[in-house]
Amino acid sequence: MATKGKDPLPPPPDPQALSESTAALLRELVAHLRQNRTQLREEWARRITRAQLLTAMTEEEIFAEATSVYDNYVEALETGTFEALQAYARNLSERIIPRGVETHEVVGIVLLLRDVLARSLFGKYHEDFDKLNRILDAYEPAANRIANTVAVGFVQERERIIRQQQEAIRELSTPVLQVRERLLILPIIGVIDPQRARQLTEQLLRAIRTNRAKVVVIDITGVAAMDSNVANHLVQTVEASRLLGATVIVTGLSPEIAQTLVTIGVDLSEMATVGDLQGGIEEAERLLGYKVVPEEDLAPKA
Amino acid sequence: MEVPILKQGHYLIASIQSALTDADLSQLREALIERVGRFRARGVIVDVTALDVMDSFAVRTLRDIAHMARLRGAETVIVGIQPEVAFAMVQLGLTLKGVSTALDLEEGLAFLDRQAQLRIERGSGRIDRG
Repeated sequence: MATKGKDPLPPPPDPQALSESTAALLRELVAHLRQNRTQLREEWARRITRAQLLTAMTEEEIFAEATSVYDNYVEALETGTFEALQAYARNLSERIIPRGVETHEVVGIVLLLRDVLARSLFGKYHEDFDKLNRILDAYEPAANRIANTVAVGFVQERERIIRQQQEAIRELSTPVLQVRERLLILPIIGVIDPQRARQLTEQLLRAIRTNRAKVVVIDITGVAAMDSNVANHLVQTVEASRLLGATVIVTGLSPEIAQTLVTIGVDLSEMATVGDLQGGIEEAERLLGYKVVPEEDLAPKA
Repeated sequence: MEVPILKQGHYLIASIQSALTDADLSQLREALIERVGRFRARGVIVDVTALDVMDSFAVRTLRDIAHMARLRGAETVIVGIQPEVAFAMVQLGLTLKGVSTALDLEEGLAFLDRQAQLRIERGSGRIDRG
């Protein structure tokens, strides 16, 4: 494997495929597309509207985007390089994803453009079937690769956004709070996956040490669902905390979670559980020897 | 390396200073169990703050020490397990079931004092004359 692939995307075109005649054909093709730019572009925009794609955008916007996609498309055909198109696809995705444009729409419009251009080629060369075939031979691989590039760019951009959001959620949602001397609260909200469970546990253990906590209340009111994996993570967190000398009280198990845990047979007998966060804090205060009394009860009796 | 065992009131304190071989651990176990009787100790504290790894043999030895000491009349507390060590232990399923743990030496001493208090309150323990 001495050849080095420059392009990480779909397999690079066979260099031989771009032989002299193919290059010449592509040049002819590009000239044709340039010549009929206005007409083909309008036809394409019409078909996008008719197919009810990009409904989140206005007609003017569609036309403007169609123009720049068209130009980029022709350029990619002409130069045979896809970097510019890739960058454009990423930029386009960045702009249209927040507006709710779906993957099928993006793939749909690129395929529409491919079809519009192919039709115009049929129209131009219908008298010379042999030439049409050769032109299509040159056009189709390039066109498919363009469609691929745009679709992959769009999906990658989506995935990037999803990853970013996951990280944001992860960072936001693991506060360890001290409510009293030696009493910590860890409210868990959202989905617990193995990575997050690990992070939660590590953070909690460190907090136990720095705050010299004796009791920890883990509140899982905000956890929507629990399976045996998550339950085991929870048990591990409780046991690890105990090794540091802290007692853990778990609060806020929803009826659904309670049913799931009993049904799948997770053994939580080692774990102290209390119905809600208030009860958990009261129990923790009892363990720590605190007694919270309303002020009027403390008033000296006359 | 031999682990120093200090006598502090009614308690024995074994402070592990560096990584121990299996032989060192066994030796520590024997020395502690023997001294529990000799000094009529009521509590044993094993301080593992300096350990950054804890394998299954070490965990089993600590558990054995706790159970054996209890048979000889002393309560055992393991103190100073590092957060990373605790996390690794539970992942390996080494959880020191039935053995008391505390954050550090101070907490361990407080725990043993409380246990002694409880035994006096229940009236079943030895009476503290110190």
